Amino acid sequence: MSATISPSQSISTGSPQAVPEISAAEIDASCRAPVMLLFLSAAGWVLASSFFGIIASLKFHKPVMLADYSWLTYGRVHPAASNALVYGFGLQAGLGVLLWLVAHLGRTKLASAPLVIAGWLFWNVGVTLGILGIIGGDSTGYEMLELPRYASVPMFFGYLGIGLAGMLTFHQRRERELYISQWFLLAALFWFPWIYSSANLLLVAKPVRGVMQAVIDAWYANNLTTVWFGLVGLGAAFYLIPKITKRPLASHYLGLFTFWTLIIFGSWSRVPAGAPVPAWLPALSTFAAVLTLVPILAVAVNVKQTLCGYSGSEGCNPALKFIAFGMAAYVLSGLMSVGASLGRVSKITNFTWFVPAQMQLVIYGFFAMTMFGAIYYIVPKLTQREFCKPKMVAAHFWLAMLGIVLYAAPLAIGGVKQGLALNDAKTPFLDVVTGTLPFLRASTTGDLLMAVGHLIFLMNLAGLLVKLGHASYKTAMSLNTKAAGVAS
Amino acid sequence: MNPGPLVFLATFFALATSWLGFVVMPQLQIGRQQQVEIKDTGEMYPARRPGLAKQGEEVYRANGCYYCHSQQVRPLGFGTDVARGWGARPSPVQSVAQDYLYDQPVMLGSQRVGPDLTNIGLRQTNEVWLLSHLYNPQLTSKGSTMPPYPFLFMKSKLALGEKPSPNAVFVVNGPKENYEILPTDKAKALVAYLGSLHSEAIVFETPPFPSTNAPAASTNAPVIATATNSVPTNSPAK
Repeated sequence: MSATISPSQSISTGSPQAVPEISAAEIDASCRAPVMLLFLSAAGWVLASSFFGIIASLKFHKPVMLADYSWLTYGRVHPAASNALVYGFGLQAGLGVLLWLVAHLGRTKLASAPLVIAGWLFWNVGVTLGILGIIGGDSTGYEMLELPRYASVPMFFGYLGIGLAGMLTFHQRRERELYISQWFLLAALFWFPWIYSSANLLLVAKPVRGVMQAVIDAWYANNLTTVWFGLVGLGAAFYLIPKITKRPLASHYLGLFTFWTLIIFGSWSRVPAGAPVPAWLPALSTFAAVLTLVPILAVAVNVKQTLCGYSGSEGCNPALKFIAFGMAAYVLSGLMSVGASLGRVSKITNFTWFVPAQMQLVIYGFFAMTMFGAIYYIVPKLTQREFCKPKMVAAHFWLAMLGIVLYAAPLAIGGVKQGLALNDAKTPFLDVVTGTLPFLRASTTGDLLMAVGHLIFLMNLAGLLVKLGHASYKTAMSLNTKAAGVAS
Repeated sequence: MNPGPLVFLATFFALATSWLGFVVMPQLQIGRQQQVEIKDTGEMYPARRPGLAKQGEEVYRANGCYYCHSQQVRPLGFGTDVARGWGARPSPVQSVAQDYLYDQPVMLGSQRVGPDLTNIGLRQTNEVWLLSHLYNPQLTSKGSTMPPYPFLFMKSKLALGEKPSPNAVFVVNGPKENYEILPTDKAKALVAYLGSLHSEAIVFETPPFPSTNAPAASTNAPVIATATNSVPTNSPAK
């Protein structure tokens, strides 16, 4: 049975059962406040990330720009941008989508919304302190884990609150059969606290000695971007694609296979070849990275077969566009990562802009785009309102899509060129660096487009809330006048 | 059947394997490394950083220098690190785990927007050059893409006839006013840290080239000399 269960079945109300049914509207009502809070602050952080990213990008146009202020130096605004994107947007949007999906797939109300709201508060206080800390020079010095201790402790407890609410919701589910997405989302719930506490304990609280720090940092960064983002992004996509297209996922078993191979192979990769560590580490890493081809191809086949021949009465559904682009970016970035881990290619791409291009394609192209799609699908249900201006949603899609393409493509191409030039000892180093400048400058266009997209994203969400607030104000007023009428 | 526990077990199993493999195992292997004695000189390697250089490490971390500068020379045959004069070991193996024992945090870097700094302490021994480079890279390396760091310096006006401080990086005699550029404590610490960056000692993991090994025990001294000579002092590989 579980093999053929589809989300449309599991959500459809009305199938007679002993337990009283909870309607989708009731579930949405239970999720409304906490999930909207997570989405809104995520939208705020992704805009903040753009702001820092543009400042960092400007340094490649003119190194003297804003050089007089220590807090605007490249080495501070660059990590501020990446941390705002990963922790401010990524984790919050991911958790919001996760909670909504777990509640709906379990056909149960969100458990303990106050716990989520408390967690949200802790998380945002932590991220805010952390970003200010990085700008002020308190970065820990570990890439992807720059947020200082006074930020990571509240963030960890915030996650525990939100995660616990997710677990409770899962536990009290009324639909006992599990849909494939629940595997992904449940694993993600466990994954983050383990890697985050482990990395923070061993790197920040009681640092291990020497180059082990770099190994643990690489392990953490890989687990966060490949596994956590992978689990949440794919979990959401495997629910939303069938839901929007009204076709079942092509293969449930292929989805399960993706789950197993992703958590096993995905968690072992990304110690670069040539690193000053015992040789077996990069060797094992490369082996595992090549094996991640398996889940990548499984996703490609599954999504392609699900969408194959879909003509699309819902063709212009913006959520589907975002998610379809996200899946394409997942496959492409996965192939880039496999390529870059191979011996010969890694000798070219190591230490070049190819690596951040691939990383951004995972974090933004795949994960953020999938989350945008999921948010555009979920928010109208939460607020029971349609977006005022559907054109603005479409505009966000085109800006984000063009933005990430114009960001990642020049960096990837420029990175390969840079790597080839670096490996030619006759090319002076300064020429290698100046050779990358046109590509870096081109990628600023991408940064700008994405920033405009994020502004529109925030306005879309805020516009819906204003509409909702206006409507509830009206009803409250009319109730008031009625009550007043009765009294008089 | 309730598959919930199965998902939990799968996750636990996969993550525990990865954690054991990439956190616990390497920690058991290299986590307890100690200083070693260098045969030829009898010195302990790596040396602990003196206080000022340790403070400079904090400046290096706070300002994120490692986003553009790596501190990791790859072995011979992996890229052109050695040919570019970034390595200082007379060995096919360059950076090894032993080198980073007292780095806190270890900042290997992942990008080469600027040159590798593993051996900058050998390559550039002129402190005034380094200070000028930090104040404004264009002064020392024309065309450099590195941003200037004026916030690590103080600009101090000089009265007519006043002698500049001996610490001044340089003095500007403008038409209207004279002033000198003084390094802050942070700039001095950062330069001390850069000076402490060197890994040329031959250790167990970096066997010397067979040819250099043959004529008796080669000391470290000539090694340093060749390393510094390979790059002219005033035009380091930018």
